[in-house]
Amino acid sequence: TTMTVRDALNSAIDDEMARDGDVFILGEEVAQYQGAYKITKGLWEKYGDKRVIDTPITEAGFAGIAIGAAFHKLRPICEFMTFNFSMQAIDHILNSAGKMYYMSGGQFKVPIVFRGPNGAAAGVAAQHSQCFAAWFGHCPGLKVVAPYSAEDARGLLKAAIRDDNPVVFLENEMLYGMEFPISADVLDKDFMLPIGKAKIEREGTDVTIVSYSRGVHKALEAAEELAAQGVSCEVINLRTIRPLDRGTIVKSIMKTNRVVTVEEGWPQSGIGAEIGAVVYESEAFDYLDAPLERVTGADVPMPYAENLETLALPQKSNIISAVQRVCYRK
Amino acid sequence: KARVPVSIEVVPFETYMCEAPSTTVVTNRAEMLGYYEQMYTMRRMELGADALYKSKHIRGFCHLYDGQEAVCVGMEAALTWKDSIITAYRDHCYQLSRGDTPATIFAELMGRATGCAKGKGGSMHMYMAKNNFFGGNGIVGAQQPLGAGLAFAHLYRGDGGVAFALYGDGAANQGQLFEGMNMAALWKLPIVFVCENNQYGMGTAKARSSANTDYYKRGVYIAGLKVDGMSVLAVRQAVAFAADRCRAGNGPFVLEMDTYRYHGHSMSDPGVTYRDREEVSGVRRARDPVEGLKNLLLKHNLATPEEIKALETRTRKEMDVAVEAAKKDPAPPLSELYKDVYCRQSPDMFIRGADLASSHGSVDWAPGS
Repeated sequence: TTMTVRDALNSAIDDEMARDGDVFILGEEVAQYQGAYKITKGLWEKYGDKRVIDTPITEAGFAGIAIGAAFHKLRPICEFMTFNFSMQAIDHILNSAGKMYYMSGGQFKVPIVFRGPNGAAAGVAAQHSQCFAAWFGHCPGLKVVAPYSAEDARGLLKAAIRDDNPVVFLENEMLYGMEFPISADVLDKDFMLPIGKAKIEREGTDVTIVSYSRGVHKALEAAEELAAQGVSCEVINLRTIRPLDRGTIVKSIMKTNRVVTVEEGWPQSGIGAEIGAVVYESEAFDYLDAPLERVTGADVPMPYAENLETLALPQKSNIISAVQRVCYRK
Repeated sequence: KARVPVSIEVVPFETYMCEAPSTTVVTNRAEMLGYYEQMYTMRRMELGADALYKSKHIRGFCHLYDGQEAVCVGMEAALTWKDSIITAYRDHCYQLSRGDTPATIFAELMGRATGCAKGKGGSMHMYMAKNNFFGGNGIVGAQQPLGAGLAFAHLYRGDGGVAFALYGDGAANQGQLFEGMNMAALWKLPIVFVCENNQYGMGTAKARSSANTDYYKRGVYIAGLKVDGMSVLAVRQAVAFAADRCRAGNGPFVLEMDTYRYHGHSMSDPGVTYRDREEVSGVRRARDPVEGLKNLLLKHNLATPEEIKALETRTRKEMDVAVEAAKKDPAPPLSELYKDVYCRQSPDMFIRGADLASSHGSVDWAPGS
């Protein structure tokens, strides 16, 4: 059987709202409009005004309200229509939610999920096309999750909602409609994936490709084509940006001796840069047969014109050529 | 004798879109002596913090509350700990009023393991979770929507609690306040937005920061009162009035407390470049909340000068004892650095230190050679 990422997210929220009356969702257009991207479709009819709440367009205000409710032991899901708008509320996410447990000496848990589509969509230009994995991943106190598949989306969102820490849950609009095969256990009401564990999506022996979210899709496509060229790629789907599963990355590189990172975000201080640091600071460094290569979004604001947008985002061809270089095949 | 009702007149309230509470406040000797003890304790505690800061026992930022005591004590007099309070960084006295001890507060100020946040919060980050005090916020303007969220939880649960979000005349201009007010009004959240107007946001006089200095009217579609914030009884009366309205399901309310801070904005501000010494000493002479309450106690024969003197002597001694006790407390153990980053954090969770070799926890890979 198959499931779209959209249905996986919707069913995860539905399950958790049915399970725990303290879980509620608020955000712009989540109720009557059924969600700007239809992730909350049907929930308002089912759970009513009390638990599915349309907010005005005031991210700082409603993020603050959601966090205050979490201070008081409710379990809010705070939807940003897209993460681009979460910048209006980043102070609350970091200073009010992320640091509260620590600076109160462990007095206040903040069980909240901030979720919504992150990264570039298509044709929406500079202010609506940005990946925030590195921004939020920078901050201790936050957990940062970036699912790729339907299984990821369902298992990680249910885990995020049940987590007592603030979780930034980075979805991707381009993946919402994508269908994935799922096994029966994924549909279980208590199916969860552990936050902080990466998944090896494809095993291989010649090179490790580390990515997350939509980048995994492109990495798998590249791996397929590279296999035909006789290059065996191991593709790691990070699933969680923070806490980062360094062990899985290090072990894979010690096996393949080569690594390429793939992300849609900007290169400077990005996830690939962090993985580079993990490699240099670990025993994996001694196993490298070639320098690490990063495939990232181009270091420019996102342009509108289609040809420029394509050039600004990592494509399968970028991944293939990076892999060929680290394998000295080019 | 302690419970014999006494009626005391307070300065009339200025109203916005509501009727005024009665200016006749009924109290008694026991209550009034209790208020005096709390306010005098707060005054001495803040002066103790001043001395500790000047002797370099307290680091960083330290914002003192002396001059504003009647707001905190009057508010608590009208509430129970089932109601929630959140404030900004001038928070020591709220921590005290929510049930903490001066010794624990001094310990936090000096960064000791015994402090209310284990020495990890400091002056601006004090909390009393069990009594619904939510801090202690260092970001000006963040606490107002957070407070609306506390009210959201009270309404969601139907527990009858009301949330109080305190902010200064400086934070009254933050956009977030208006976002919070808008949603609080739309959703009828039981929240009272309390502007502690101490006349200056840092060094900027209110007329230089606020196009409308009638803060009690700035909810526009939310009713409000302007209150003599130097009178504990006026504050109590207004807070009870506002809380009743909220509990009855009328949604948010705004209170402007007309008050004054004697200290500069923080300990690094002598507070004399943007106001003159005569202004400060004039307020002390004419409106001091602690002296004002003492005068009421004497005027209404609720206490003798000797009783008050004895209370003051006892409080000063208690404060000295608390300071000395906190000074002897240990600094946090170094292992505390890595605790409570996450809740339910596994004891061996890997957390990088200042260098890789000093990291905490364990990993299933080896550090590079």
